[in-house]
Amino acid sequence: MAEDVVLDVRDLRMRYGRNDVLRGVTFSARRGEVLALLGPNGAGKTTTIEILEGFRMRSAGQVSVLDTDPAHAAEAWRARTGVVLQSWRDHARWRVRDLLAHLGAYYAPYSSPRWPRPWDVDELIAAVGLTAQARQKVRRLSGGQRRRLDVAIGIVGRPELLFLDEPTAGFDPEARRDFHDLVHRLSDQDEATILLTTHDLDEAEKLADRILILAGGQIIADGSADELSRRMSTQAEVRWSRDGQRFIHSADEPTRFVRDLFRQYGESVEDLEVRRASLEDTYMTLVRQAESGTGPETEAVRTFSVVAG
Amino acid sequence: MNAGWAAARLGIRRGLIELKQTFTNSDSLLPTLIMTGSFLVVMVLTRNTKVPGTDFSLGTTMLPSILGMGIGVNGLASMAGLLAAEREDGTLLRAKATPHGMTGYLVGKIVAVAGIALAGVAGTLILGVFLFHGLAVGRAATWLTLIWVLALGLVATLPLGAVMGSLFPSARSTGLMTLFIGAIVAVSGIFYPITHLPHWLQWLGQVFPLYWLGLGMRSALLPASQASVEIGGSWRHLATFGMLSGWAVLGLVVAPVVLRRMARRESGSGVAARREKAMLRVG
Repeated sequence: MAEDVVLDVRDLRMRYGRNDVLRGVTFSARRGEVLALLGPNGAGKTTTIEILEGFRMRSAGQVSVLDTDPAHAAEAWRARTGVVLQSWRDHARWRVRDLLAHLGAYYAPYSSPRWPRPWDVDELIAAVGLTAQARQKVRRLSGGQRRRLDVAIGIVGRPELLFLDEPTAGFDPEARRDFHDLVHRLSDQDEATILLTTHDLDEAEKLADRILILAGGQIIADGSADELSRRMSTQAEVRWSRDGQRFIHSADEPTRFVRDLFRQYGESVEDLEVRRASLEDTYMTLVRQAESGTGPETEAVRTFSVVAG
Repeated sequence: MNAGWAAARLGIRRGLIELKQTFTNSDSLLPTLIMTGSFLVVMVLTRNTKVPGTDFSLGTTMLPSILGMGIGVNGLASMAGLLAAEREDGTLLRAKATPHGMTGYLVGKIVAVAGIALAGVAGTLILGVFLFHGLAVGRAATWLTLIWVLALGLVATLPLGAVMGSLFPSARSTGLMTLFIGAIVAVSGIFYPITHLPHWLQWLGQVFPLYWLGLGMRSALLPASQASVEIGGSWRHLATFGMLSGWAVLGLVVAPVVLRRMARRESGSGVAARREKAMLRVG
């Protein structure tokens, strides 16, 4: 395995009773990469992430996380990973700063020059924007503040690999922006590898170097947001107006279409817009194809994932 | 320093923090105070009632029994209830996601629950010395016995409480456990000498640690003459030590296995599912 491969999953399978939730999931991640795992509800995102976190036993397949099988990982491995959990009412009577200082202290024996642990508590509180609430009790926090605390707890040990299961559910736009900045900071400055699940395609596009789409228990697409929409959509939408009238046209070859448009109408063409399929369009198409079962399109998707992967 | 030991030390600090939270929080303190207060009222009201066959106050006899019960009920019910509740709300999952976090969590819980139990004993005892006559607090043996019975009682009940807390599927179902413990209290000779119960109930009461905790505390705090009321007319220190040790060994052997199994099964989706279920009940 290459030196900088942090996450390597091969043919991961999970079966509950007679129900196959994961049917051969394969992907990997390099150091410092941000991966977004997308997929419809029940596709197995949470199951996948919990297996990688070492919280769930898999049925079959090979999993290597930081060169270790998470099913048999020791506490030292745990210290190198971070998990952002959704809090509910745990530690309600603790004060924010006390809790972070306490949980951080467990990581101190695992500190190294490359990864100084834990994160300085006041710096961390500032990084997640809770400085004003540092002395407050956890139960007095708003929903959004609580989620920021969840993120802080997840990264207090300065993880080399961070798992985030729907981290921004319930965030307001500002909190979301702050969170995105924090994720960029973690991956750029600390070279932390991040695996997150989300339903927010816009967020996936902004944050992730690579997007994985999980549907029907398999990875049906693996690539950057750009690659995904380029590969998937042969058509682009061209909008323009002429003599005060608006036009919309779907073109297989938008560049040629626009060239012809100008040749024909010249300067009377105004408000020109060429739009590739958005990640959302791509996602919907891919998931629908995967859910409708085999077909000529499914083959195309497979080809794509082989090319990108 | 070894990371496991470091976590155990963090656990002690965690326990002390939670202890402080308990004592500075009216929500968590009030039920304990009301409970202790109502017991004191019962004891004061029965101060002038005599233990049958003796000239000794029933209220005074009840005091050490209730201290013993307090240790047992805290060790069993509080430990189990807290563990079940904190499994449900995700505290345990956080501990699991932290290196050696489970060690810290459990040590912390033991320190906190034992601290609350001991504070309850101290508070009630101090009040009791002023309110009741006849407590034998002037002997060195009193305090020696008190210490070993308290310590052994906690070791006998805390692991068992943790086991029960791990086995109950949700915090809500621990109500059943409270009922069960209430039934044990009833046959443990806490409020009235056990010798007045039918024989088979006496045997049943002697199976569980609560009876022995009460007996041990009475042996520490009551005059030697009061042993005549007990089964066999003796404080039976050897039997007390043996029974409490037996429960302690059982708990210490079973608890790690059950706790490890419980911890292994904790996951984010598990907590989420329980949260949803609990929300449905509330909503």
